[in-house]
Amino acid sequence: MSADRNEGFSRRGFLAISAATLGGVMLAPGIRLIEIARARAPDQPVSGKVRWGLLIDTNKCAPGCDDCVKACATENGLKDTGHPRTDAQWIRKVELKDMRTGRNNSVPVMCQHCEHPPCVDVCPTGASFKRADGIVLVDRHICIGCRYCIMACPYKARTIVFENITDQNPDVPRGSGCAESCTLCVHRVDRDQQPACVEACTRAGHNAMIFGDLNDPHSEIAQRVAKYASTQIRADLKLNPGVRYQGL
Amino acid sequence: MKRNGIGALSSRVARAACVLALLLPVLAFASDRVPKPVIDIDKPGKCVEDTATMRREHPDLLRHQRDLTMHEGVRTRKYSLKQCVACHASTRTGSVLGEKGFCQSCHTYASVSIDCFRCHSSRPKPSSGAKP
Repeated sequence: MSADRNEGFSRRGFLAISAATLGGVMLAPGIRLIEIARARAPDQPVSGKVRWGLLIDTNKCAPGCDDCVKACATENGLKDTGHPRTDAQWIRKVELKDMRTGRNNSVPVMCQHCEHPPCVDVCPTGASFKRADGIVLVDRHICIGCRYCIMACPYKARTIVFENITDQNPDVPRGSGCAESCTLCVHRVDRDQQPACVEACTRAGHNAMIFGDLNDPHSEIAQRVAKYASTQIRADLKLNPGVRYQGL
Repeated sequence: MKRNGIGALSSRVARAACVLALLLPVLAFASDRVPKPVIDIDKPGKCVEDTATMRREHPDLLRHQRDLTMHEGVRTRKYSLKQCVACHASTRTGSVLGEKGFCQSCHTYASVSIDCFRCHSSRPKPSSGAKP
């Protein structure tokens, strides 16, 4: 038994070493045959080694700015149906004021992509699920629109679609009768792009949002989280959200 | 032995009748008596599998791919619905739906509802970089 384990271990070690060597073959300075930290190929399933996360620096997030909200709506095809109370809302800006000091905080709040998501716990059909890389999604093929997840989410991140939708973005299928929330732009992440909100924030020069792999010690987000104090909203619930805030 | 004239004629008539009887269903199908779906096929030729397989098994192929994409993030293009739409959308209407649309014409004919397009777009992404 122990011999088997040793063999398995050494083989795994050998594979890791050979992969690293193969990936590290330099064609020219700075150009590698295969990037070591390259994202997976389209036919590779997502890996649990990655944990996608967002770091939002509230000191850089200006009150009244809604660039991220607009970019989200454009990317995901969230349209104004004339019913603001029930319109889908994947990110919302929350304005906070400390009454003692008078300090204003403006915070974008979206699905926090918890490690232990309550929406997944309560879903009766298994439609609400967490992908191996930490992105919490709704499988609309299975969702029956019961709204348990909407009630369970402490961040009020989920909404249900009330009206029939046409002209969706082909990357973002949406339809009436299903619960939905921020997908961390999973269709963009899967092709090595940043979520639309992060891209818009960076493009506008605010740089208040950073997206990346929390498990990769070389990623900017992991280094920032290791160096500076950041908080999770309602950390007392011990859900370990993937979205963290600086300066709250 | 030599057959007489009447016998030869009758056997020929009988053979012709047999051939006609065999051909009847084919002739009937070839004529306009049986309505068939009118489909706009802009890109005839081979799909990702041969035509017979695609006709019979496209729902299973799509369902399998959908679970892989949704839950495991596998985004290969071969069996993706998005790729079906990208290839099969009519150049006239820009959609796979509509009276002669690639999906709807057959589904209406067979009286099978398609729920895909209640959420999925029936049109390809405008000027998409052909990424899955």
